[in-house]
Amino acid sequence: MEYKNEVDVCVVGAGHAGCEAALACARLGLETVIFTVSIESIALMPCNPNVGGTSKGHLVRELDALGGEMGKNIDKTFIQSKMLNGSKGPAVHSLRAQADKAEYSRAMRKVLENQDHLTIKQAEVCELLWEETGAKKKKIKGLKTFTGAIYECRAVVLCTGTYLRARCLCGESITYTGPNGLQAANHLTASLEKMGIEMRRFKTGTPARMDKRSLDFSKMEEQFGDERIVPFSFSTDPESIQKDQVSCWLTYTNEKTHEIIRNNLDRSPIYAGIIEGTGPRYCPSIEDKVVKFADKERHQVFIEPEGLYTNEMYVSGMSSSLPEDVQVAMYRTVPGLEHCKIVRNAYAIEYDCIDARQLKPTLEFREVEGLFSGGQFNGSSGYEEAASQGFVAGVNAAMSLLGKAPLTMDRSESYIGVLIDDLVTKDNREPYRMMTSRAEYRLLLRQDNADLRLRKKGYEIGLVSEEEYQKTCRKKELIDQEIQRLKETKVGANKEIQDFLEKNGSSPLKTAASLSEIICRPELDYGKIREIDPDRTLLPADVIEQVEIEIKYEGYITRQMRQVEQYRKMEKRKIPENIDYDDVPSLRIEARQKLKMLRPVSVGQASRISGVSPADISVLLVYLEKYRGREKD
Amino acid sequence: MKTDTIASIATGMTQAGIGIIRVSGEEAIGIVDRVYRNAKGERSLLHAKSHTLHYGYIVKNKDQELQEHAREDWKKSILDEVLVAVMKAPHSYTMEDTVEINCHGGVLVMHKVLKEVLENGARLAEPGEFTKRAFLNGRIDLTKAEAVMDVIQSRNEWALSSSMEQLKGSVSRQIKELRSKLIYEIAFIESALDDPEHISLDGYPERLSGKLEEFLAEIKKLIDSADYGTKMKEGINTVIVGKPNVGKSSLLNLLLGKERAIVTEIAGTTRDVIQESIQLQGIGLNLMDTAGIRSTQDTVERIGVERARNLAKDADLLLYVVDASTPLDERDDDIFPLVKDRKSIILLNKSDLTSVVGEEEIYEKVKDKDVRIVRTSTLEHTGLEELESAIVDLFFQGKVSWNQEVTITNLRHKEALQEAYDSLRLVVQSIENGMPEDFYSIDLMGAYAALGRIIGEEVGEDLVNEIFSKFCMGK
Repeated sequence: MEYKNEVDVCVVGAGHAGCEAALACARLGLETVIFTVSIESIALMPCNPNVGGTSKGHLVRELDALGGEMGKNIDKTFIQSKMLNGSKGPAVHSLRAQADKAEYSRAMRKVLENQDHLTIKQAEVCELLWEETGAKKKKIKGLKTFTGAIYECRAVVLCTGTYLRARCLCGESITYTGPNGLQAANHLTASLEKMGIEMRRFKTGTPARMDKRSLDFSKMEEQFGDERIVPFSFSTDPESIQKDQVSCWLTYTNEKTHEIIRNNLDRSPIYAGIIEGTGPRYCPSIEDKVVKFADKERHQVFIEPEGLYTNEMYVSGMSSSLPEDVQVAMYRTVPGLEHCKIVRNAYAIEYDCIDARQLKPTLEFREVEGLFSGGQFNGSSGYEEAASQGFVAGVNAAMSLLGKAPLTMDRSESYIGVLIDDLVTKDNREPYRMMTSRAEYRLLLRQDNADLRLRKKGYEIGLVSEEEYQKTCRKKELIDQEIQRLKETKVGANKEIQDFLEKNGSSPLKTAASLSEIICRPELDYGKIREIDPDRTLLPADVIEQVEIEIKYEGYITRQMRQVEQYRKMEKRKIPENIDYDDVPSLRIEARQKLKMLRPVSVGQASRISGVSPADISVLLVYLEKYRGREKD
Repeated sequence: MKTDTIASIATGMTQAGIGIIRVSGEEAIGIVDRVYRNAKGERSLLHAKSHTLHYGYIVKNKDQELQEHAREDWKKSILDEVLVAVMKAPHSYTMEDTVEINCHGGVLVMHKVLKEVLENGARLAEPGEFTKRAFLNGRIDLTKAEAVMDVIQSRNEWALSSSMEQLKGSVSRQIKELRSKLIYEIAFIESALDDPEHISLDGYPERLSGKLEEFLAEIKKLIDSADYGTKMKEGINTVIVGKPNVGKSSLLNLLLGKERAIVTEIAGTTRDVIQESIQLQGIGLNLMDTAGIRSTQDTVERIGVERARNLAKDADLLLYVVDASTPLDERDDDIFPLVKDRKSIILLNKSDLTSVVGEEEIYEKVKDKDVRIVRTSTLEHTGLEELESAIVDLFFQGKVSWNQEVTITNLRHKEALQEAYDSLRLVVQSIENGMPEDFYSIDLMGAYAALGRIIGEEVGEDLVNEIFSKFCMGK
């Protein structure tokens, strides 16, 4: 007898993507099951012990504004917090927090366990069930676990992370496990391939963990957290999270370290050719750094705590797949690590994932109705990238079952939009990491205004409460009013003003000026001009922050908004799903092939495909017009 | 959908230099109004009725706006005498407001008028864009869509190839080098922003300032050299070469319409270089007559001969005068290498006498089938018109059939260079205003993209690739 269940949505994998996907579906009232090979691995952080960082911090805040869980969870469990790039422009300020890994995982598991409509199931999913609905078109019907249990459902969200046919490499020793020695999922790949899904193989790595008691911190530089902690979540009261923080430590590699690595390169599985997967360039192993940047005399190494209740320390900057004996020798050349004891060895991991160009911007498979995917399975890397996609995939699975409009964001709306557009449009040959340089409109996509940008979307989906939404609306109102007041309030070139300007090292006024013009001066700001602005009312800090940014960078922001306007014109030109590119004359061959393969949803997306020229786009526009004319007939 | 306003030369740029500049889009009338004055010196197009023709002038708008006194003396700012046709939407080819400017003043002037229109708010039309708009606005019916698509694609291919053709190897190399320097700086900034704990920007703004000065100077030079307008204004440096006494000075005089060089029957009469400027259908020519090339013992004349050789090397155009009535000799063999693979025209002079040198022989000597040969007689004043049209042809038609594209392509290059220049100026400003470093890369990227357009390269993944290959990132 088969054990049979009927639910709405199945989420495969309970990492950062799976958790967000499952929570989104369950919170929207759909009966949801989340599968994991091990309950212990829910929201596991198998690599670095932090959340956020440059551009990743943006993702977390956006996710939070939309109604995701990651921001709230790290606010509950962080042990150190820092705003990176504080001395640079507001667009690149990025929040990063050190997490207590075990606590992070436990807290998230608790949220999942207590979520209505959500069931956690420890089981390996082996097979997807589907039916053919047309030429090359399929529809998802459910899935089957290793023990033979069948779950019938209307949507599946794949968030398998690094578990599919995973193998870990540490020098010559290879184990066929997922991260941290957890069980790999070895059967699902075959089922996916049978459905016609194209798989690829990626690789990533992690450094060693060391016993704190074996390290000499007196030889390292102490790295403190910020004095004033900024929360990730817009729902977290900043006052509630000001607490004692733990330190991280900075030390450096040296010539001796590099020599040991160079002498043992032949024993590295990557250089020996054993690893076939493509590794990320932005997160190179120490071997890679030494080989590629041979002229660098030293590399930074950050020693970071893995949690409050463990002695394990994460050795950031020195991931490696060299054999154990070489690892020990190499680590021990680093000041402070001379007597280090390694608790867990560094290792590289290989896993199956997909070319995400098989997905629509909703993260649904183009050819399989009801099949969605997110996270490392889509060829990304990083907890934050995973969570963001998991959320979007989950929401869209829910939206399609509820018959509501899908959640999509374009490149001018959010980093999440950039992330997904890059994944589904570009040919990514390595795990994709978010970077601020990937966001062409980053001046508008700041971490400080994620709520103003995205709360409304979250509210419309149904994952942001009325109260939270109203809070953002009020904030917006206050910002607009204050900017208007500052623009309209003029001060004359009188003695009081001139004295004030002189005192602050600013040149005197020639004619009357608005307060906003005065704030614009590099040497002045909103706070400083208080004495010449007696009429101001006391405003919350986050409102003042927005007012100041909007005024100070107005020129740049306006310029970027104009670019966005141009960009959106092309995004709005949708391409019908059933377009036959063979019917479009004059397209160059390369363009035709790429368009046929990727089937972009808009002319804008088409224009970002490599090999599609501006002339091809013009041709396409003309064709679409003709097509529209034909539809009318 | 609001569209921007485009402009381009709509007719073939004939030697006569009569042609139409078409401006289409919402701002078309406003833009042309800014640069147009009627016979009384008034701006009068804004309220013009549709399908009316206006006689007047195109003026330099900057002069008019910047200088009070210039308004009184507006005639000094006149670029050309024109007829302007105003057609209002939807009754025009593109179904948008359209203005057509009929110019009379020749190639150079037309170029200037177009430039003026562009500087006052229009954008240079893409290849096939008028047709595309006509279609998208419903002017061309759906059955012709395929023809429209063909036009767009073929014009674009043509424009690209002609663009590449016109880029000297050295220029495109220079642009590539400049781009690689720019992307390095952007990648450095971006690496530091993405990985602030590993890469520091301390002291960087000062370093960048120095480099920007270099970049700006380099682009400025390119703009100057790319400027056909300047070339035409400064004139094409034309050197007349040939053996002594073949009629070089007579030719010069003929072109000048006056006696300037000393013309005698004695070989070697022209001992120095004689320079004169003339206008040929709107194109300036700086004509240089040189001493005949022959071995000589006379010191004064020897200096003249050497100068002739040097001048010939740097010339934009060589006119090689051959005496068709006497056989070619070894002195001609010395000259043929000078004209090979250059913009040059060979004149078979003294064609009034019995000819012993034929075209075939010349082709064989030069080993270039494309060389232009014109028969002239300076004595009987024949062949002059053919010579003129050969020169115009050589510079403004090239080997291509749509001669206006040459100017357009150049304009496109220049526009892109100017955009790159302006973007880098904005970076300088950002540094001066003490803006944070992340603001620099916005405009550096703008400059990088603009330069890429000249050599047909897109931005794509360049930045990310540069970051990873040049800077050591991350955990």
